[in-house]
Amino acid sequence: MLGFIYALPNLYPTQPSIQLAYTDTGKSADQSLLNEIQNTLDERNVEYDEILLRDNKIVLKFQNIDQQLESKTILQNKLLDRVIVALNLEPTTPDWLKDLGGKPLKLGLDLSGGVHFLLEVDIDTAQQGRLELLLDTYRKTFKEDRLKVNSSGIKDLKLHFTFQDRESYNKALAKYKTDSPGINGIQYVITERPSSNTLLLEYSDIALREIRDYAVGQNLVTLRNRVNELGVSEPIVQRQGANRIVVQLPGVQDPTAAKKIIGKTANLEFRLEANSRTSPLRKEEFSFKDNEYATASLEKAVVVTGDRVTNANTGFDESGLSQVNITLDMQGGRAMQKATSGNIGRGLAVLFVEQKSKSELITDANGNSIIEQTSYIEKNIISLATIQAVLGTSFRITGVGSPQEASELALLLRAGALAAPMKFVEERTVGPSLGKENIELGMKSIVIGLTLVVLFMAFYYRVFGLAANISLFINLVLITGIMSLLGATLTLPGIAGIVLTVGMAVDANVLIFARIREELKEKDPQSAIRDGFSRAFITILDANITTLIAALILYVIGTGPVKGFAITLSIGIITSMFTAIMCTRAIVNLVYGNKNIKELKI
Amino acid sequence: MNFKFQFMKYRKVAGIASLIIFLVSVLSLSFRGLSLGLDFSGGTLVEITYENPVNLEAIRETLVINGFQDSQVVNFGTNLDVLIKVADQNGNSSIGDAVYSLLNSNGFVGELKRVEFVGPQVGAELRDQGGLGMLVALFMILMYVAFRFQYKFALGAVTALGHDVVIILGLFSIFAWDFDLTVLAALLAVIGYSLNDTIVVSDRIRENFRTQREMEPQAMIDLSLNQTLGRTIVTSLTTLLVLFALFIFGGEMIKGFSLALILGVLVGTYSSIYVVANMLMSLTLIQDDLAIPEPEGADFDELP
Repeated sequence: MLGFIYALPNLYPTQPSIQLAYTDTGKSADQSLLNEIQNTLDERNVEYDEILLRDNKIVLKFQNIDQQLESKTILQNKLLDRVIVALNLEPTTPDWLKDLGGKPLKLGLDLSGGVHFLLEVDIDTAQQGRLELLLDTYRKTFKEDRLKVNSSGIKDLKLHFTFQDRESYNKALAKYKTDSPGINGIQYVITERPSSNTLLLEYSDIALREIRDYAVGQNLVTLRNRVNELGVSEPIVQRQGANRIVVQLPGVQDPTAAKKIIGKTANLEFRLEANSRTSPLRKEEFSFKDNEYATASLEKAVVVTGDRVTNANTGFDESGLSQVNITLDMQGGRAMQKATSGNIGRGLAVLFVEQKSKSELITDANGNSIIEQTSYIEKNIISLATIQAVLGTSFRITGVGSPQEASELALLLRAGALAAPMKFVEERTVGPSLGKENIELGMKSIVIGLTLVVLFMAFYYRVFGLAANISLFINLVLITGIMSLLGATLTLPGIAGIVLTVGMAVDANVLIFARIREELKEKDPQSAIRDGFSRAFITILDANITTLIAALILYVIGTGPVKGFAITLSIGIITSMFTAIMCTRAIVNLVYGNKNIKELKI
Repeated sequence: MNFKFQFMKYRKVAGIASLIIFLVSVLSLSFRGLSLGLDFSGGTLVEITYENPVNLEAIRETLVINGFQDSQVVNFGTNLDVLIKVADQNGNSSIGDAVYSLLNSNGFVGELKRVEFVGPQVGAELRDQGGLGMLVALFMILMYVAFRFQYKFALGAVTALGHDVVIILGLFSIFAWDFDLTVLAALLAVIGYSLNDTIVVSDRIRENFRTQREMEPQAMIDLSLNQTLGRTIVTSLTTLLVLFALFIFGGEMIKGFSLALILGVLVGTYSSIYVVANMLMSLTLIQDDLAIPEPEGADFDELP
C-alpha cells in the first residue's frame, strides 16, 4: 500500500518551468523581482500557469515548452545579466503527496543528459607549498638560535637539514620535538641520521589528512560558487573518496563553457593603493564589491595573486574585535615583504577577480535580434587596509567590522584562492537527445520483456500464473515506490536492472509452483499448496541472499551508472521475495482458500 | 513434467568439455587479453550523429593528419552514428572537444551525442577495484554457502562460478568484444544468477540425501537434477526472454551488458547442472556430510 503511494508521483507528468535567481549569489529573489517578471510577461501577453517564490528563486511554470522558451527569451532580453535564467522540468506532484514525502524518481545523467566531471585535487602540490613555508620558518629560527646549518632543502616531500656539528643537530632535534605536537596528534615524523648530522622532517599521516581535508574542503567551496554561476537547476558538487570532487550538471548543453568556468584559475590580487607619487599611467580605478559607488585607485602592479594564498580565517584581535588572518606561501611572503617594507602607512587592497559572461541584445544581419554572450573579467575591491608593519607570509587585516563581515571576507579570500590545483580525471557528457533516446529504449525493453514473461507465465501455469503476474506488477510498483522514497537515481543500467529483476522475480514463484506440483502427487490440493509454499521458502531465501551479496559488492565497487544498477537489483531482489511469497500466497488463498478442491490445475 | 535424464552418466564427457573450454578461455585471456573499454583503458570517446551517412575513412584521415594517430573510428548502431575513440594523451581532458570541433570545421557537421573522458589513473583504479570486487564476492559467497550447507557444496558452487566467469571473460577475449564497466556489472549479476541456480540444485540434493537414505549418490543426484529441471528451464527461459528484449531493443549502450548476461544465463544453467554435481561426485559426498545431528532425548511435538 505504501509502495503504491510512493510510486504514484512517477505517474504525474513533468511540466516545463523556468527558475530565476539573482546573478549575485548574496542576493535572494524577492517580491519586487517577482512583480517585475509578472509585468514583463503580462505586457508581452505570454501565458504561464503559476509563479512562485521558493528557496531564494523564482519558479515559473508553463503549459508547454513553446511558452517556456518564449518566456526565457523575453526575460533574458529584459533582465540581461542581473539574473540567471535556467530551464527546468517541474514535477506536477499534487500537494497531498508532497506532504507525505512523495517525489518522482531522479534521472541519472545518462537519461537526462548533462555533464559529469571528476576532479582530482593535487595534494602533493599543496604539501610542497606548506613545506616551503616550513623550510623558511626553520631557516629563520635556526639562524636566530645560532645553529650551524650546512645545507637545507626539500626533496621527495621531506625537509632536509644538515648541521655542521652535533650540538646544533641536538638543539634542532629538540626544537622539532617541541614543535611536533599538533592539535590532534603528532605533527611531524622525524628521521634522525646522527652519522651525517642530518635531520629529515615530513608530515605525519594525521597532519597530511588535515592538509588534504583542508585543500579538498576549500576547493569544494570554490567549486560550489563557480557552479552557481552556471545557472543549473540541480547541480551536484560532492567530495568523492580522499581527494576527488565530483561535479554533475544535469541538462547542461555546452560542456566546454561549463568546463571553462569550473576550471578557472586563481582570482585574487593584492595591490598597493595609488598615492600622490604614482604616475597616472600606472594606476587604475576600481569599485568596492559591497558598494559599487565607492571607488579607490590602485597601482597597476600586482604584489601577490590568489594562488599564493594558502589560508584565510577569522579571529579576534587584542581588543576583542574581529580580524581576518591570511597566510601566504613562501614566494608570496617574500613578494609581500618586498612590497610592504618601504610602504608602511600606505593602503593595501585585495581585488576579487571574477570571470563573468554578459548577454547583450544585438541585431544580426537578417534583422533579427539575438542575444550575444561575451565573457569579461570583473575586478572589485573586497578589502582596503593600511599597512602597519612589514608583512611576511602571515599577516592579518583588522578593523573588518562584525564577525559576520569578517567571515564573509575570509570566505571571499578562500574562494579566490585554490588551496591546491585541480585537474579533470574523468568527464562524461551526454547530449539531451541521447538521454531521451535511452529512456525510450529502456521503457520499450521493459514493456516488451514484461509482456513476454506475463504471457508465458499465464500460458504455462494458468491460474497460478495469473497470481504470479499480479505479484510481478506489484513488484514493479514497489521497486519504483521504494526508489522514489529513497531518492535513488534511475540510470540506464538501473533500467536494465529492473528488466533483469522482472525476469528473475518469477523464479521464486516458479520454485513454489514446481514444489506444489510435486506435492500434489501424494497430497490433497490444500496441503500441497501449504507445503509447497513453506518448503520452497528456504530455497528462495538462500538463493536470494547470495544474489544480494553480489549486488551489495557491486554497489561498493561501482560508480555512477553501475551503482544505479546495483541499487535497483538489490531493491528488486528484496521486493520480489516479498511479492512472490506474500502476494502470490494471498491471491492463491483468495482463489482456493477454504474450498474443497478436487483437482488443481497447475 | 517428469524428467528422467541420467545426467551423471555423461559427467565425464561434460567435465572434459568444461575443462577444454575453460583452458581455451584462460589461454585466450593470457595471450590475447581483453579488449578493455574506455572505463578501464582510459582515453577519450566521442559519439556524433550525422544526418547522412559519412565516410569513416575520411574521418580517420582527418584525425590522423591533425595529430590523433592512435584513434579508432567505427559506426555505432546505425551508420549515422559515429564513435571515435582516442587513446589517452597524458591525461589531457579536452581531446573530446578538440576532436568534435576539428571534425565540424572539416565539413563533418553533426550533433554531439556524448563525450567521455577517463583519466589513466581512474581507469587503472576501476580495473583493480573490479578485480578485487569479483574476488571478494566469490569469497563471501564461499563463506555463506559453507555456512548454510557444507564445504563440499561451497567448493562446488565457487568452482561453478569461477567456471562461468572465466568462460564469459574468455568469450569476450576471443571475440574481442569491448569489456567495460557495464559488462563487469553484468558479470557480477551473472555470479548472482548462476548462484541462484546452484543453490536451488544443492538445496534439493541436500534434502534428498536426508530423506532417501537407501539410494546411491549418483542416482540421488540424478533424481535431484531431474526434480529441479522444470524450474531451471522455466526460470532461464523467462530471464532469457527479458534479456533478449533488452539486447534487441535496449540500444547500443547496453548491448555488451545484455550479451554478457545472456551468455551468463546459458553457461550458468549448464554449470549448475554439471559443474556443481560433478564436483560433489568427485568430492564423494556421503550421507554423513549432511546428517542432521540426532536430537538427544525425546520431544513432544505437535502433529503437523
